Amino acid sequence: MYDKLWLIPFFPLVGSIINGLFGKRFIRNEAAIGAIGTGAVFLSFLVSCSCFFTLLNDPVKVHQQVVASWMTVGQLQVDWGFLLDPLSALMIMVVTGVGSLIHLYSIGYMHGEEGFYRFFCYLNLFVCAMLMLVLGNNALVMFIGWEGVGLCSYLLIGYYFEKKSAGDAAKKAFVVNRVGDFGFLVGLFTIFWTLGSQHGVWTLNFVEISENAHLLGFGGTVVTVATLCFFLGATGKSAQIPLYTWLPDAMEGPTPVSALIHAATMVTAGVYMIGRMNVLFAMSPTTMTVVALIGAFTAIVAASIGFAQNDIKRVLAYSTVSQLGFMFMAMGVGAFTAGIFHLMTHAFFKACLFLGSGSVIHAMHHALHHAHLDDDPQDMRNMGGLKKYMPITWATFGISCIAIAGIPPLAGFFSKDEILWWTFGSTRGNLLVWGIGAITAGMTAFYMFRCFFMTFHGEQRTHKKAKDHVHESPWVITVPLMVLAFLAVVGGFVGVPAALGGHNQIHHYFEPVFGHAQEVYKIGIKEALEHSHAAEYGLMGLSIAIAVIGIGIAFTMYLKRPELPGRFTARFSQLHRWVYNKWFVDEAYDVLFVNSTKKFATFCWKGFDVKVVDGVVNGTGKLVNVLSTALRYTQSGLLHNYALTMVLGTVVMVAIFLLQ
Amino acid sequence: MENLVQIALQNVNLAAIMPSLVLVCFGMGLLLINVFLPRGTTRPAVWISLVGIVVTAVVTVQGWGNPQYGFSDAVALDNFATFFNVTFLLAAALTILMSDDYLRREGYAVNEYYPLILFTTAGAMWMASGTDMMTIFLGLEVMSISLYVLAGFFRGQSASNEAGLKYFLLGAFSTGFLLYGMALIYGVTGSTRLTEIGAYLNSHSSLLANPMTLAGLVLLSIGFLFKLGAAPFHMWTPDVYQGAPTPVTAFMSAGPKAAAFAAFLRTLEYCFFGLKPEWSAMLWVLAVLTMTVGNVIAISQTNIKRMLAYSSISHAGYALVGLVAANEIGYSGVLFYMLAYTFMNIGAFAVLILVGKQGEENLTLEGFAGLGYKRPLLGVAMSVFLFALMGLPPTAGFAGKFYIFAGAVKAGYIWLAIIGVLNSAVSLYYYLRVMVYMYFRDPTEDYAWISLPVSVLATIILAVIGCLYLGILPNEVMAMAKTAIF
Amino acid sequence: MSVYHYLTVSAILFALGTYGVLTRRNAIVIFMCIELMLNSVNLTFIALSRHLNSLDGQIFVFFVMTVAAAEAAVGLALMIATFRNRETIDVDQINLLKW
Repeated sequence: MYDKLWLIPFFPLVGSIINGLFGKRFIRNEAAIGAIGTGAVFLSFLVSCSCFFTLLNDPVKVHQQVVASWMTVGQLQVDWGFLLDPLSALMIMVVTGVGSLIHLYSIGYMHGEEGFYRFFCYLNLFVCAMLMLVLGNNALVMFIGWEGVGLCSYLLIGYYFEKKSAGDAAKKAFVVNRVGDFGFLVGLFTIFWTLGSQHGVWTLNFVEISENAHLLGFGGTVVTVATLCFFLGATGKSAQIPLYTWLPDAMEGPTPVSALIHAATMVTAGVYMIGRMNVLFAMSPTTMTVVALIGAFTAIVAASIGFAQNDIKRVLAYSTVSQLGFMFMAMGVGAFTAGIFHLMTHAFFKACLFLGSGSVIHAMHHALHHAHLDDDPQDMRNMGGLKKYMPITWATFGISCIAIAGIPPLAGFFSKDEILWWTFGSTRGNLLVWGIGAITAGMTAFYMFRCFFMTFHGEQRTHKKAKDHVHESPWVITVPLMVLAFLAVVGGFVGVPAALGGHNQIHHYFEPVFGHAQEVYKIGIKEALEHSHAAEYGLMGLSIAIAVIGIGIAFTMYLKRPELPGRFTARFSQLHRWVYNKWFVDEAYDVLFVNSTKKFATFCWKGFDVKVVDGVVNGTGKLVNVLSTALRYTQSGLLHNYALTMVLGTVVMVAIFLLQ
Repeated sequence: MENLVQIALQNVNLAAIMPSLVLVCFGMGLLLINVFLPRGTTRPAVWISLVGIVVTAVVTVQGWGNPQYGFSDAVALDNFATFFNVTFLLAAALTILMSDDYLRREGYAVNEYYPLILFTTAGAMWMASGTDMMTIFLGLEVMSISLYVLAGFFRGQSASNEAGLKYFLLGAFSTGFLLYGMALIYGVTGSTRLTEIGAYLNSHSSLLANPMTLAGLVLLSIGFLFKLGAAPFHMWTPDVYQGAPTPVTAFMSAGPKAAAFAAFLRTLEYCFFGLKPEWSAMLWVLAVLTMTVGNVIAISQTNIKRMLAYSSISHAGYALVGLVAANEIGYSGVLFYMLAYTFMNIGAFAVLILVGKQGEENLTLEGFAGLGYKRPLLGVAMSVFLFALMGLPPTAGFAGKFYIFAGAVKAGYIWLAIIGVLNSAVSLYYYLRVMVYMYFRDPTEDYAWISLPVSVLATIILAVIGCLYLGILPNEVMAMAKTAIF
Repeated sequence: MSVYHYLTVSAILFALGTYGVLTRRNAIVIFMCIELMLNSVNLTFIALSRHLNSLDGQIFVFFVMTVAAAEAAVGLALMIATFRNRETIDVDQINLLKW
């Protein structure tokens, strides 16, 4: 089966070519174009499945397939090669699985758009690039994917090119990603060069790099610098401080694109890359600490920004940034398994949330269109009470919110809990990181439910004229939602910790990938904690409590009236009764949230995000532009100046040679 | 007397100049035939010149692995020359394919154009196979004089006149330097044969520090650096490239530039290997300067042709990195890069020709607005060329840059490689702008798109195939490039 | 007179030619200055050839002269074409292409 690996990126590529070249003139039919696009990814999914299950029962866990030799330079041999190990196997499952659902969904969502064929062409190409990134057995093949997803995201974010903001957002995404890519290349270069020139191992192959990584020396400068560069690359792709600003802007693309970028592809690339190079990262405690701290800081800043947003997609965007922060926290404290586990569960519920929001926006858009209103279909202040119009969307969105908030037994609980447990108890753990993580978990619960309540519950704020035009989306949209919601419910059961009587299968599954580094560099749960379930239970209880409090606050603030759905009242009756006391809550609300948080959030958004980061990005561009314009005028068009330049160059060169 | 004749004949060995001989014969024959062709009938000339190129290519390929030396070692048809000859022939063939329609459109359907291209190519071939300063000089001049004419070919257009005149005056000026350098080297070593010069300098190592040798090296280099458009001898490039007819520009930036690299490489390696540290240091600075100047100024250009001219300067800079590295990978990287650049550059210019309006060239960015979805095929092709120029995998540009920078790293020039990568990052900015227009803008006005002529389409398809083949499976060609260097 | 005298004279001529190229405005005069440079190179070749007792230098000179003649033909033609369109061959006024 492993010799079919190349088919996985190949199918979407073919789909993309067919739709791109023939979609406009010859196929034309939306259903056919959609079927080709979705079918291509689904075929990849089937191949991925068979690879995955073969690998599951195979005692040998690392397989490489070399399709052709690419470039040979001296002893360095770079192949068109693919690598299947538990890590890439899980990733291809997520990418193709979630990817095909998003493709299916797009058929409904993009219905009637002028560039329907173009959209599917880019979308398939995007999936293809992501699969190259994941499956590449060496850094250069990964780099193709790495650049490819950047490029396709650029095309997709700028899909509505008539909108200037879309073009700007696309450009920003690309430029910011380039900064990260540069870091990636420099890191690669450093490792390649050091391994080659000092240890005689000229290689770009991941397996060989991992095998020879120990030559670089634990905690050495080279490995620290290189991994920091890699991490810079990861911050670009995975939207971490300081390179996260492109992601919220990337909302300018159509919603399925956001779902694909946020859930299944692109942003997970950074986390995946760290997982792929876990041996290198494990060798540098400094980098690990930086990763964990940046992750934690990103998580909390993004979560706080999420408080102040009214655009439903922006809330989700900041939520993604924040959740990615969690994944980096996990990677930083050595909990590689937990990080990838969270990546997977996050893919399920975030895809569901985005597609759900897309369903809402779709419905709102149609309704507002019918009513000839100019209201923003993405603004949650125009929504409210949509539950009765869109029951399926409501249910799936709700399930995903519970999952992301970390309420057991949904997927998010297990992965997030595992991360918090490791930040607390790992040998590379850090109480500060844990503290921030715990607080952020609460904040996540709060703003996600704020979003949920504002959209689906409470008073209906949609304009009267539009109200009756809101209706549930067609099956191509709701089926993916239901599948994803189902996955968001059960996805966590592969990682039920031993403390809860589970087997933590995912941990064993990833043993061949991460076990080595964790063993050699002594990364694991501290011995004192290892066998005490008490601490684990305590933490679990705490994180559930925090999540519940977060939800409770959201509940009180946005739905404090008694005509709430009975289910919720019953479930949180204690809490509800407690926070029903207006005196305390109103004041707390005013002091804690309305004023300070809002200020902080606004500061983070307007001050840091817009001024500092944008300023730096735009400033560099402007500087180069000014320099360019200035230099341009040296080219005066006058022959004498040209001749003079030549003579001066000659004189200087001769002088240097003769005087040295 | 008879002895003399015998000696002369023994030393001649026509096989060593067979490819260029065939090409020149075709060129001359074409000139004769043109006399009998009615005005405006250019198709026969196109076909004959294409046939000439194909025949020459067949003859050239025979020389692979079967080196011929002739004219008392003044000419060598070794693998090195053959590799470059193939590059020149490709450049010439692609140029001729895209020229006919364009010349007709611009009202200069004149037959003399084609022999001139053939003569230029023949001159380039002599440069690549010259192992004597005289042969190199002759090749350079044959190539340059034909190019002066080609640059000013649209004799009714001021821009073309200006391009021709500027190129001519500055080119002749630089020839002065080149010749003076050659004279000085001749004075030091007493020979014009490259190998003899090298051997002499090697056995008299005190001469290496002689001011006359050093001055000779610098002046000689300037002649070549001018032709390949390295800063600070690049000033002519943007003006001439912008003013010259578009296919000529495409040709100039591929073929003749490669020829300059070929002769420069051979001279440095044959004559001045003793001075490697010195010229490496010199070229290090020039390479950085060239890359940076080209890329930075390209950013503020709005005329695509001029932008591509600056981009071509920066590409000369990348290729110079291979000369700085001065090792097997670096040198073969230069050979590979020149071939790759031929495809991507000529391809880009071919698309530029098609973007024009009927009877009028359209070289602004707006010309590309909406191309990506109005003409999906052209859009995809242009994207491939732009990716190759940016150096993104899996295109020829990436593989070429990879080899060259790998050579630099291997030779210990890590910073040079890093500067090169940074420069590629800068270059994305202006190449991407074209893509932005192609995919994110509506056409400013609804003008009639000219129909796609088959010949130009053939150029584009060949170039796309070349770009992708060299990018995806570069090993074979690279292995050939390796056997081509000395 | 030793070879150095000849070399010095030719170096001076070369410098004069270069100076002329940098200062003159008429394209024809510029071209004549370039010819001066080429001829100084010829002088160098001849002197060195005589000094080294080798014929190569003299052969080279023949080539240089031939090429210079060909260049002159092309160059003058270009100047005429320019003059027809612009009515000037003052290089300070020929700067359509710039920046």
